[in-house]
Amino acid sequence: MASVGTKSFQFRQEREEGWQQLEQLVLQAEKKGIRSLSATDVFELPHLYKGALSSLSVARSISLDKNVVDYLENLTTRAYFLLYGHQRPAGRAFARLMQFSIPDAVRSIRQEFLVALIVTLLGVMAGFFLVLENPEWFYTFVDRSLAGGRVPGASAEDLRAVLYPDKNEIEGLNIFATQLFTHNSQVGLLAFALGFALGLPTIWLLFTNGTMLGAFLALHYEKDLLGELGGWLIIHGSTEILAIILCGAAGLTIARHYVFPGKLSRMEALATYGKKAALVAFGCILMFLVAGLLEGFARQLVTSDASRYAIGLGFLVMWAIYFLGMGHNRPDDAGEDEL
Amino acid sequence: MSRKQRNRRPAKETRRILTPEGVALEVELAERGDRAGAVIIDLLILFGIMILGSIAIAITTGWANIGHFGLIVILLLIFALRNFYFMFFELKWQGQTPGKRRLGIKVIDRFGRPLSSEAIFARNMMREIEIFVPMGIVFSSGSAGVSGLMQLFAFIWAMLLVFLPMMNKDNLRAGDLIAGTLVVREPKVLLATDMLEANGAAAGALDAYGFTTAQLNAYGIYELQTLEELLRQQGKDAADKLRTAGETIIKKIGWEDPVLPHQMEAFLSAYYHALRKHLEGKLLMGTRKTDKFDTGQKPPGTK
Repeated sequence: MASVGTKSFQFRQEREEGWQQLEQLVLQAEKKGIRSLSATDVFELPHLYKGALSSLSVARSISLDKNVVDYLENLTTRAYFLLYGHQRPAGRAFARLMQFSIPDAVRSIRQEFLVALIVTLLGVMAGFFLVLENPEWFYTFVDRSLAGGRVPGASAEDLRAVLYPDKNEIEGLNIFATQLFTHNSQVGLLAFALGFALGLPTIWLLFTNGTMLGAFLALHYEKDLLGELGGWLIIHGSTEILAIILCGAAGLTIARHYVFPGKLSRMEALATYGKKAALVAFGCILMFLVAGLLEGFARQLVTSDASRYAIGLGFLVMWAIYFLGMGHNRPDDAGEDEL
Repeated sequence: MSRKQRNRRPAKETRRILTPEGVALEVELAERGDRAGAVIIDLLILFGIMILGSIAIAITTGWANIGHFGLIVILLLIFALRNFYFMFFELKWQGQTPGKRRLGIKVIDRFGRPLSSEAIFARNMMREIEIFVPMGIVFSSGSAGVSGLMQLFAFIWAMLLVFLPMMNKDNLRAGDLIAGTLVVREPKVLLATDMLEANGAAAGALDAYGFTTAQLNAYGIYELQTLEELLRQQGKDAADKLRTAGETIIKKIGWEDPVLPHQMEAFLSAYYHALRKHLEGKLLMGTRKTDKFDTGQKPPGTK
């Protein structure tokens, strides 16, 4: 609805060409993907977008032509979605995640990690000493279905049988173990998710997980099998327990920054630190997968204590190198996201 | 043109997003129903692939007599699918999955920044907690390794997370909260040919009518834009609506010459252009007359 002679009409006439050019590019990118644009077009796009955006600001204040304002609003929003949408190819995004984002996120929650670690250790100690004192405590800490015959009163031979499986039983066992891996990752993820409940349930979950471990240790300690149990546990436990503690730490991060958002608003604090926590938890899911494979295969196939310790500690060192040593020089976001 | 009609679009929830350039853009929030629909479509696709993939693997490995190995491959396949399906598509399709694309919604950054890969990973990692952990708790009570009170607590908590989008005005789920994202409706395409080239009546006829300042002061921006909509309308009752509006305007501004029905459109078009020129002129001087009730004497601070 042109109103010839008005300022807003002149304004429109002078800029219309740029808008239509932008519209063409946006339409093409929406239909065939942003990669279908030629190099010149990709170069032009941000300029045209900024031009249209400034036109919109002006039009909002001087033009009463609702159609022009609506049109510009629509055009700039579509261009904005295109320009500020996600640009990195999926493969490169994933490589970047593994190489930089996860180790970086893990390093950024080291205080919470320390807390989670201490809580777990306290749990282990509590479980250990209480069961030593009175074996009845064992049933408080350990679910019967998880114990698999390893209860107070079991003979050393029974305990040994679980620690060193017969090669013929391997088939059935490693499927059981793969299922176990889903169980443990659930505990870990729950510890993370409960961080949303201000962290106290996370601490409780970490503690009870620790007491369960402590109870098992006490049981085997009494039968003088502690070293052997250590091998049986550490081969996958170094990865798995580390992952549970990391999950707990991630949950605590969310709770901490929600309760004490600092200079940010609560929503911004959640978005900033929650993102890091979620990346840590995602790393943990991958760790649980590794732990599950170790538990399912390596532990059943490797029955010598020395090799079990070597593998378990080897993985621990590997995780330490990965989390502490990698991804220190992350390429800047802005440089890559700019078209 | 009463004040009541002002809220013409009550169903459309919009949010302002501040672009990095500092201009606020209005985006339309995706409805809960659309989001639920998108998730259901995606989960159906996901389970479909899982089932077909598992059957294919089972048949191949069963045929090769390594069924045990096949079971492990199936477990890994399910693991990979449920963790990477959403991430993969949202990374590849700028914040859309097949379900979202079908329903025309997409993920953007809530604070107007570029949508980062980290945000996509974070918001989809949370699905594990929002969908799969509650499923695990519900379907296998007792096996989650936590018992008694903790079990109940976990259940309540899982349900809270699942229904979180119902409990805030931006329909954010936990994944959106921690990734700083927002799910919006894709803007429908408005073409320049529809919007810019719809030049109403010929410009030559505009001088046939002359309006006094008093007659132009009768209405404000709101009425101007309503008139614009009326003039652009095409349809059976468009002429009727125009005549009704025209008669109201003629009465209000005290136009004395008779306007015949077939002249009504030309008359209104002329009035529209004159009014717009008048109001835009005032706008440049810093006076914004929002509607016919606006006499410019409101206390400052109210719009």
